[in-house]
Amino acid sequence: MSNSTTEPVKPLSTEQLSATTLLRFATAGSVDDGKSTLVGRLLHDSKSVLTDQLEAVERASASRGADAPDLALLTDGLRAEREQGITIDVAYRYFATARRRFILADTPGHVQYTRNMVTGASTADLAVVLVDARNGVIEQTRRHAAVAALLRVPHVVLAVNKMDLVAYDETVFAKIAEEFTAYAGELGVPEITAIPISALAGDNVVEPSSNMDWYGGPTVLEHLETVPVSHDLATCHARLPVQYVIRPQTAEHPDYRGYAGQIAAGAFRVGEPVTVLPSGRTSKVAGIDLLGQPVDVAWTPQSVTLLLEDDIDVSRGDLIVPSGDAPATTQDVEATVCHVADTELSVGQRVLLKHTTRTVKAIVKEIPSRLTLDDLSQHPEPGRLVANDIGRVRIRTAEPLALDSYADSRRTGSFLLIDPSDGTTLAAGMAGDAFATPADQAAAGAATEDEGWDF
Amino acid sequence: MTTVATVTDEGTDSPYALSHLDALESEAVHIFREVAGEFENPVILFSGGKDSILMLHLALKAFAPAAIPFSLLHVDTGHNFPEVLEYRDRVVAEHGLRLHVASVQDYIDRGVLKERPDGTRNPLQTLPLTEKIQSERFDAVFGGGRRDEEKARAKERVFSLRDEFSQWDPRRQRPELWQLYNGRHAPGEHVRVFPLSNWTELDVWQYIAREDIELPGIYFAHERDVFQRSGMWLTAGEWGGPKESETVEKRLVRYRTVGDMSCTGAVDSDATTLDAVITEIAASRLTERGATRADDKMSEAAMEDRKREGYF
Repeated sequence: MSNSTTEPVKPLSTEQLSATTLLRFATAGSVDDGKSTLVGRLLHDSKSVLTDQLEAVERASASRGADAPDLALLTDGLRAEREQGITIDVAYRYFATARRRFILADTPGHVQYTRNMVTGASTADLAVVLVDARNGVIEQTRRHAAVAALLRVPHVVLAVNKMDLVAYDETVFAKIAEEFTAYAGELGVPEITAIPISALAGDNVVEPSSNMDWYGGPTVLEHLETVPVSHDLATCHARLPVQYVIRPQTAEHPDYRGYAGQIAAGAFRVGEPVTVLPSGRTSKVAGIDLLGQPVDVAWTPQSVTLLLEDDIDVSRGDLIVPSGDAPATTQDVEATVCHVADTELSVGQRVLLKHTTRTVKAIVKEIPSRLTLDDLSQHPEPGRLVANDIGRVRIRTAEPLALDSYADSRRTGSFLLIDPSDGTTLAAGMAGDAFATPADQAAAGAATEDEGWDF
Repeated sequence: MTTVATVTDEGTDSPYALSHLDALESEAVHIFREVAGEFENPVILFSGGKDSILMLHLALKAFAPAAIPFSLLHVDTGHNFPEVLEYRDRVVAEHGLRLHVASVQDYIDRGVLKERPDGTRNPLQTLPLTEKIQSERFDAVFGGGRRDEEKARAKERVFSLRDEFSQWDPRRQRPELWQLYNGRHAPGEHVRVFPLSNWTELDVWQYIAREDIELPGIYFAHERDVFQRSGMWLTAGEWGGPKESETVEKRLVRYRTVGDMSCTGAVDSDATTLDAVITEIAASRLTERGATRADDKMSEAAMEDRKREGYF
C-alpha cells in the first residue's frame, strides 16, 4: 500500500452516512490474479482497514519472516487458511464511501471451491471477475463467467489486472475485453463493464490512472458506487412468501391476523386482489404494516405484514401473489443445481426441497446432464453429481410448489436440496433454463441501453 | 458489443431504492421471523450491550403488534457493570419478557470453574452458556455477533450449526445461498443465529440514533475511576483491580463495547450524545475490539479458538 496507514480520512457526516444505498458484490479470480491486493486496496482506501488490524497483520507477517505486510492475512481469518496460505471459505467484508455502503463476498479462486463462488454470487448484485493481463482469458475466467451467468448476477465487471506488467498497453486490454465480452455475452450476462487496472500500483481502482489516458471509463470504485441496484418493479411479478402468522390475541388487538414476510419481488398495494398459493384462495389486501407503520404500498426487499380482507386459511410456506399474475404450481421441477456437499447426489435419492419458506419432500427422478464449465459441454446421464458439479435435474415433489423460473425471480426461482437424515445442504437449485436465451437478452438489452465506448 | 461504461446515479435516485439501514433492518427482521417459523424454543442472548439491545428492538418490530415469541438469556459473569444490570432488568419488566440467567459466579462457587490467574472471566462464560442451552433445550440461540468485529467472525454464517457440545467447525459450515437459511439440526444440536451479521459498528450506532433507542449510560462520556492495564483503561472494582503496581485516576471515558469488567476497556472520549459518538467512531482508526477487548489480543486465533469451543 502506498498510502500511510495513519493518514487521517475525513469523516462522513451523519446525513451522508444514513442516506446511502447498499450494494452487495462478489469477487472472483484465480489464485495469483491479485484478488487479495484489489480487496486490500478497496478496504484500505475506504478507511476500512484500521490501525490495529494493520498492526496485527504486520506482526504476523514479521513473525513468519516476510519482508512486507501480507495483506492476504487481513482476509484469511481461519487458522487453516493462514497455515496453507489460501482462502478456503467465503468471507464477508464491509466498507463504505460517501455514496454507498458495500458488502463484499470475498470468494476463493480455487477450482475445488466453485461452490463458494456460487454462494457469494447468489446474493450479489454485481460480480468482479479478475484476470491477469499477461494471461488473458483462461479456463478459470470462463468458469467464473459461467457461474455469474448461471446465478444471473445482474452486473459483471471484468477487471483486467496487472496492466503495469504489460506496459499499460491498450491493445492487450482491448483483446481480453473483447474475448470475455463475446464469451459472457453468449451466456446471457446482461451487462459487462471492462476496466483495465493495476491493483498493486492503484491504477483505476479508486483513482483514475494517468498511465492509461486511452481509457475513458470509470474506476472500479466509481462503477461500484454508481451501478443501479434496484430493478424496474413495473416488470416484476410481485411475490410474498409467508414466513409467520402474527396473531397477538390481546385485548388491544383481538382480531389482528397478519401474514409476515419479506417481499421477494415486485410491489404490493392496499386494495389489490391477491391469490394464495398453492391453495388458490383469493382475497384483497386490506392493509400493509411496514414494521408497525401502516403503508399504502410496499416493495422488495421490505419486510412487511399483509392483512387480508377475508378470513381465509393462510400459513407459513404459502405464497401471496397478485391475482392474475400467479405462477403455475407444479410437482415436477426441472432445474440446474450446483452440488455443494461432499456427499453425492444420485438418481432415486430422497431429499427435502426448501423453496422460499416452504420445505417439502422430494425425489431426484433424473439427472439428464452434467455441465463442464470449462467448455460448457454437456455430459449426458451422469447418474450422480459430486461436490462442485453443476448439472440439470428433474425432481418430483410430494406437494405442489409455486415456483417461478429463476430467470424471472432469483428469490422465488431458487431452492435448496437438503439431506433429510442429517440436514446437510446438498445443492443450490435454479428452476427453469440454465443460461439466458438470445430472446431474454434482447429483452434485457432494451432495458440496459448500450452506450459502448472506445478503448 | 454489450460493454457498458456509462456512469449514472440511477442506483441512488430510484424511488424504490432502500437506504442501507432500511435494507439491513429488513434483512434482520426476515431472520427473526424465519427462526420463529422454524424452531421450537429460540432464545435471544442478552447482555445489555448495544448489539443485544438492537436485536431486542428489531425483534419487537418484527412481531408487532404481537409480543416477541422468544425469551432472553443473560450469561452473568459476576463482573457486570451495575448500570447494565439495571438496564437489563428494566427492559425485561417493560416488555414482559422471560429472562434466563447463566451465572459464572455460581460455577466458581460450586468449584466447577476456577478463577483464572489474569482475573478475566470472559473465557469462563462458555461452560455456563452451553450447559444452559442444553438444560433449557434451546434449539436456536440469537447472538449479536457482527462479521465486521473480527476476522474469524467474518467467516461466520447467519445460521451457524453447533453440535451437542456447542462446537463450531469452520470447515464444515453449510453454504449460505440466497436468503434460504437451512436450520435443520439433530436433537441435542442447536443453531446460533446472527441477525446483525451484515451490520458494522457504525451501522449499529446510526440505527440507534435513527430509532432513538435508549442505551446504558456507560456508552457515553462520563467521569470514572480507571487504571491502566495492557494499554487499556479498566474500571476499578471488587472484581480484582487495580493491583498494587497500578494507579487509579479519574478520567473522562466511554465504552465502545460492554462485556466483563475485567477485560473490557474504556476509551478516552468527550462524546456525550449519539451524534458525537457517531462522529467519533467514523473518525476512529481503531476497531471496536482492538480498542477495548483484552481477550482478543491473547493470540492470533483467540476468537476462532473460543468460538470452536462454543463461545459466541
